[in-house]
Amino acid sequence: MENPENVIEVRNLQIDFHTYAGEVKAIRDVSFDLRKGETLAIVGESGSGKSVTTRSLMGLLAPNAVIKGGSIMFHDEDIIKKSEKDMQHIRGKDIAMIFQDPMTSLDPTMRIGLQIAEPLMKHKGLKKKEAVAQALEMLKLVGITNPEGRINDYPYQFSGGMRQRIVIAIALVCYPEVLIADEPTTALDVTIQAQILDLMKDLQNRIDTSIIFITHDLGVVAGMADRVAVMYAGKIVEYGTVDEIFFNPQHPYTWGLLNSMPTLDTEGGSLSAIPGTPPDLLDPPVGDAFAARSDYAMKIDTEQEPPFFKVSDTHYAATWLLHPDAPKVTPPAEIVRRQKKFAAMEKPEPPIKHVTKE
Amino acid sequence: MPDERKKILEVHHLKQYFNVGKKDEVRAVDDVSFDIYEGETFGLVGESGSGKTTAGRSIIHLYEPTDGQIIFNGKDVSKLHTKAEMHEFRREIQMIFQDPYASLNPRMKVKDIVAEGIDIHGLAKDDADRTKQVEDLLETVGLNKDHSSRYPHEFSGGQRQRIGIARALAVEPKFIIADEPISALDVSIQAQVVNLMKELQEKQGLTYLFIAHDLSMVKYISDRIGVMHYGKILEIGPADEVYTHPLHAYTKSLISAVPVPDPEFERNRKQVTYDASREHDDKQRRMVEIAPGHFVRASEDEVEMYTKRAQEAGLVTDFPHS
Repeated sequence: MENPENVIEVRNLQIDFHTYAGEVKAIRDVSFDLRKGETLAIVGESGSGKSVTTRSLMGLLAPNAVIKGGSIMFHDEDIIKKSEKDMQHIRGKDIAMIFQDPMTSLDPTMRIGLQIAEPLMKHKGLKKKEAVAQALEMLKLVGITNPEGRINDYPYQFSGGMRQRIVIAIALVCYPEVLIADEPTTALDVTIQAQILDLMKDLQNRIDTSIIFITHDLGVVAGMADRVAVMYAGKIVEYGTVDEIFFNPQHPYTWGLLNSMPTLDTEGGSLSAIPGTPPDLLDPPVGDAFAARSDYAMKIDTEQEPPFFKVSDTHYAATWLLHPDAPKVTPPAEIVRRQKKFAAMEKPEPPIKHVTKE
Repeated sequence: MPDERKKILEVHHLKQYFNVGKKDEVRAVDDVSFDIYEGETFGLVGESGSGKTTAGRSIIHLYEPTDGQIIFNGKDVSKLHTKAEMHEFRREIQMIFQDPYASLNPRMKVKDIVAEGIDIHGLAKDDADRTKQVEDLLETVGLNKDHSSRYPHEFSGGQRQRIGIARALAVEPKFIIADEPISALDVSIQAQVVNLMKELQEKQGLTYLFIAHDLSMVKYISDRIGVMHYGKILEIGPADEVYTHPLHAYTKSLISAVPVPDPEFERNRKQVTYDASREHDDKQRRMVEIAPGHFVRASEDEVEMYTKRAQEAGLVTDFPHS
């Protein structure tokens, strides 16, 4: 591990998918760290590669996926090199996952108490009786009312929100170091979503898990994340602390995402949609993949891929706009509003010089 | 005042029950009343199971309403007896569905999907006219005519939803029911579709019933909002007012749960919880106009409380109850 604070270090990950149409370059050179106890949110549109990235951490890629290069370090060992048998010892014990749909991730024919107890029996060698006793504690922890009376119920007897609580109980029962949550609340109503998010934060504090949170909902990210990575077309285009990404974004794609959501103050007029659609990763564009949809694209964006430019010690963005020779541009009004807020916020470092101010 | 505008749709005491008389009777929509004015967007929000989708489907007669009255354009359409009546009605009301993958027939070419309504209603003079109409419609929704001979699987989610909108527009309806039209789309694409719907409304004078659970988007697109819960409407009012000064406790809890893309706001979020049991105290409740155009489902003894709330929010100074 490069940094002892890191739990996971992903370096230069490249993943292709073999399809009838050709090789889809789903992950194109992705690197990131997950620190101990933090929540890292990965945001992006469908097809941006956020789910594929995290599935590779679990060794759960589809059979037609090929890891072309890179490494995923966990406990000084490369997960990519591990056999399926080794992964079965890590999965559910050290790295656990919560999926989007609580109905399809539970076994409909198995009582929930046993489903929660299963990882304990598998990974910790507990006897059924002890494991079920711990499962009961877990049910209490995730806020199922009358846990004693419900431990022998089947998944269909629970509502969507309750089912997701059960899924969380299964994921956390072995106190994993890393929890990957892939759109865990997308299928839920807002009021239930709020409860589940609160529950996840609370449990994170109690058992000190690092969370990778995948979502396309920027509102959820703002409430959950310590740090944010923005993915587009198989690459991370910008990453930083949650305040840096929401209040001082630098990449035109991040601007577009933040700008296309109506906020409490949005009145009339039309929303600023990002024009066009994401590129086809069968044949990824040269240069900045977002250039074709960006109002801020320059000639170099179609010729050469931008490297990461440093905005602060914690904030990097891959856009040529940050190059010292780039023309100064004014971001959309909503972004300027956010950046003003950032400038006024209390923070250890002075505002960085790349920020364009009006 | 909203009263001066023309009501295009009036829904009175709409009831939609399933499995009537059986043990598992479900009152999906239970005594719901609202009006929609011509040219406006009425947003119907609620959680899953609140009955918002069922309400939309009952209005367009995908279900036969159990009870209640639906008046469209001054005409009672609660019971459509003949095929011809249904035929006429469905030309004036169209629907856009949530899932752009499931709502387009994968074996049909785009031109035939879009022209289905044109064919059914005999709106094209000849083949050339039909082609022209389809091409115009595709252009209207931001696709191009080369797309007309392709199949749905060749399109992205956002493009498919555009095809769904073109199909709805083909019969030149006055009124469109859009049931979660953007929920299945990515954020950047959602804005494109919402903008398209707004643009079409301005150009063609359409009226929308916009059904969704995404409150921030509903608030943005709607002129007025109705909040549904357990088959009943609990609050109706101007979109901004309902959003910024909700009167009913349920609306408050719903709005307080909406995640806002602002970390500072999120750190100070205060979640309001709602106890639904207070609705089941056997008191008679009806929609009471607490502030002008702002209705809340209340019992007689709750009216005073809501009025006070409205006064504190500055919505009303001295307003007599209806």
